[in-house]
Amino acid sequence: MEIDDTDRRIINTLQTGFPIAPRPFAIAAKGLGLQEDELIARLARLKEGGIITRFGPFLDAAAMGGAFCLCAMEIPQAQFEEMTETVNGFDAVAHNYARDHRLNMWFVLATETPEGIAEVAAGIEAVTGLPVYQFPKLKEFFIGFRVAA
Amino acid sequence: MSLSSQDRALITACQAGLPLVAQPYAQIAETLGIQETDVMERLDELLAQGIIRRVGIAPNHYKLGMSANGMTVWDIDDAEAKELGALVGAMEDVTHCYLRPRKRPVWPYNLFAMLHGSTRQEVEEKRQYIARLLGPAVRAHDVLYSTAILKKTGLRLSAKGAN
Repeated sequence: MEIDDTDRRIINTLQTGFPIAPRPFAIAAKGLGLQEDELIARLARLKEGGIITRFGPFLDAAAMGGAFCLCAMEIPQAQFEEMTETVNGFDAVAHNYARDHRLNMWFVLATETPEGIAEVAAGIEAVTGLPVYQFPKLKEFFIGFRVAA
Repeated sequence: MSLSSQDRALITACQAGLPLVAQPYAQIAETLGIQETDVMERLDELLAQGIIRRVGIAPNHYKLGMSANGMTVWDIDDAEAKELGALVGAMEDVTHCYLRPRKRPVWPYNLFAMLHGSTRQEVEEKRQYIARLLGPAVRAHDVLYSTAILKKTGLRLSAKGAN
């Protein structure tokens, strides 16, 4: 679908800070120089067209007592398929990507408790016989994704 | 920290996204059988606590023509890593930027920045641009492109509570 400059401004502006107020679209629209109903209609169109994957509150698993950790493994190529199945079999594995590097499997563990990360990583090491390198975030620099206006 | 059952119900009700109507919080309140002011107060509180990171749009990079994405990784002098990380994180087309531990000798990199472009060539040019910008504080850098998605399940909170 085609998007215009107004859509781009909406995408760049509304990634964070959407108001929590009785008429939030009216407030957000004002900042963008739009009418409330026009903003709602455009968001609906962007959502329908798949340009926006989700619109609303985004949760932090860590703040809820859970934890995320990026992990990587070096899987021998001949065993890649079999090991993928083994690793994915752990419920805590939320995303898993093959990447072109010596560390060729990168996945995110999401657990309900901080201790869960080490437990699951140890479990994967035990089953696969391969080391799981853990890359917890030490600091995050946030950000948003900006579309060239 | 554990969530109250009310907060869990509220988050679950918002999980698919805010309704695109003039009074979205009133609509959520109605489905939960509570007051609109309660919904807004709790959301404000969850934001203040950091349980909700942000309220807004998640754009789809692929649909926006940014189909090439590379995980760029940098070995940056620790003394300068925070300052330079903030600089990289503020750049256009960088969506995630983190400091993470090194795993020597396998992995010398401590800064991870997800970089988007319409082609790999474009991602490559941006990576070289960042390298020039950061200068001699960068000892080594690389980019890892994903070759396959092996699994993808989003973070979803169960309505009942998983504890």
